[in-house]
Amino acid sequence: MSNIGSYDQRIKGFSWSIAEKELDYQQDGDINIGWYCSDRICRQGKGDKLALIWQGATGNEKRYTYNDVRRASNTIAKYLVDLGIHPGDRVCLFMDKIPELYIGLVGILKSGAVAQPLFSAFGDEALLLRLKDAQTSAIITQRKHAGKVRNILSQLPCLEHVIIVDYDGKKPLQEREKAFSLEDMPPVEDFESYPAKAETHSMLHYTSGTTGQPKGVKHVHDSLVSQYLTTKWVLDLRDDDIYWCTADPGWVTGTSYGVIGPWSLGVTQCVTDIGFSADNWYAFIEKQRITVWYSAPTAIRSLMKAGDEVVKKYDLSSLRHLVSVGEPLNPEAVVWSQKVYGKPFHDSYWQTETGSIMISNYPGMEIKPGSMGKPFPGITAAILDPINYEPISEPGVVGLIAFQPDWPARMRTYWNNEATFQNKFRNGWYLPGDRGRLDKDGYFWFVGRDDDIINTAGHLVSPFEVESALLEHPAVAESAVVAKPDEINMEVVKAFVALKPGFAASDDLELNIMNFIRKKLSPLAMPQEIEFVDSLPKTRSGKIMRRLLHAREWGEAIGDTSTLEDNE
Amino acid sequence: MDDIKEVVLEYVKAEYAEDEDEVTYDTPLISGGLVDSFSMVSLKRFLETKYKISIPDDKATPEAFDSVNKIVQLVKEFQK
Repeated sequence: MSNIGSYDQRIKGFSWSIAEKELDYQQDGDINIGWYCSDRICRQGKGDKLALIWQGATGNEKRYTYNDVRRASNTIAKYLVDLGIHPGDRVCLFMDKIPELYIGLVGILKSGAVAQPLFSAFGDEALLLRLKDAQTSAIITQRKHAGKVRNILSQLPCLEHVIIVDYDGKKPLQEREKAFSLEDMPPVEDFESYPAKAETHSMLHYTSGTTGQPKGVKHVHDSLVSQYLTTKWVLDLRDDDIYWCTADPGWVTGTSYGVIGPWSLGVTQCVTDIGFSADNWYAFIEKQRITVWYSAPTAIRSLMKAGDEVVKKYDLSSLRHLVSVGEPLNPEAVVWSQKVYGKPFHDSYWQTETGSIMISNYPGMEIKPGSMGKPFPGITAAILDPINYEPISEPGVVGLIAFQPDWPARMRTYWNNEATFQNKFRNGWYLPGDRGRLDKDGYFWFVGRDDDIINTAGHLVSPFEVESALLEHPAVAESAVVAKPDEINMEVVKAFVALKPGFAASDDLELNIMNFIRKKLSPLAMPQEIEFVDSLPKTRSGKIMRRLLHAREWGEAIGDTSTLEDNE
Repeated sequence: MDDIKEVVLEYVKAEYAEDEDEVTYDTPLISGGLVDSFSMVSLKRFLETKYKISIPDDKATPEAFDSVNKIVQLVKEFQK
């Protein structure tokens, strides 16, 4: 029997108090997520249980019990407090998937500071925008990424501390840099976690906006209630599971379900820093005897591409439950996973702003391949008419996916951007920005984004941010960035570029521009294709019509062109 | 051959390595996390432009790009 049991029974009379009771949380009491993920598990008598099995790219392994995590996170929390970090200060985690990233998150939360995880592949510009917006006080990073921080440090007067977790003494520390080694620091046995309440700010994750710069999504400690219960019921984690979430904690899946969910349940999780290949991943599952695997459609499609034969080389019999998130999981992938692993991937749907899973396929419930599934108990979801924002009751009609904003993990605002936050609501519903439809059985089906945001491999990329960066390239006069269909990543970034006088289109220039964006923003934001054009389609008021270029890439009807500049 | 090795190694160091990464001819690039699948596209484009070759997508696998030595083999295969 799965943790959720009968979905139909669970939705009747559901209350989040189920989770609160299991967490021994009293309304208005303390709910520090960091404490719940470490101290509480030890108090339950699981201090010697493995919390983290980490495997590096070269196969080296480190193991941490819950007691290790408790002490190490105490050590980090105390170090931050001793540095003068105050509750509510933003502390950025900018690291590869190493143990310090996972334990550091717990430590920051215990100190009362706000954790701001950022993807370690971000380039200088992407890092600068996010640290500047958050007025971040400290950044915890590795030697290999410290160079990016040094490049932008002069523009970040608020950033007082650059903490390097693997300093080797070979080069002198530079301005504001401090060496911190978990292995060398005396472990702190006792640390009084900050008495965070439900509405105390916990996390600041950045996500892409369609027309503006990246937005900081403010989450609070109350999110634990949603994350705990969705982990238990959707991921079906049990005490004896060995869990693997493939997401990087630079993104929300990697924190909500790569740290908080499993550790608040006291489950053993595995992490690897190894790059993707079918052999690497299957070998990891076989070696660690993974039972529950939470991954993404891009990875699953890449595994499909690698073929069925490679699966047979490995013993994957430990797997018992598979879940996917990040972008719609195509029906073929569900069918394929059933064929080769003997189990289907269960698609789930949520986003940075929702903080926890909103719609999902549950263990024990019939899967309709290609469907997102049904709303999590306690979540009121609907498809809204895009004109009057009223729920559409008729099955099959495409509209806007919407939620009643009353679950614990919902974002509380966008950092420094309350107006944009308010603009996400219509008629009392929260709009995640996606279109979908509902079938007669109550299953939700994803149709597409309701804006220009590009979803590449499950990560959102803002065309505006890429276009802004392109304009900083000396050869680029103007640009338009759109999504291009891609078999593996669902969408990739494509740029249309008009060059300044004196520059000529060439393969070398295309590569130069691609690398310019990769290093400035991130590999995800790098255009996978650049098309040089003489000019871009614009409205008579001069606004670039991305819509036309997008339609051309997707083979869709161009629609109304009456406002096109040269449409005389 | 040696010339290609040097050119590719220098390009990988210059474009993908962080400050502290040590890159040799056999360093795992993809499985070692130095070059991700998105960045592989720019590396493939570099090889095609530099050596005037066309590498089909089904040959541009993470395994084929996993070290400088393997990349050199791939380039040579399509130079023939």
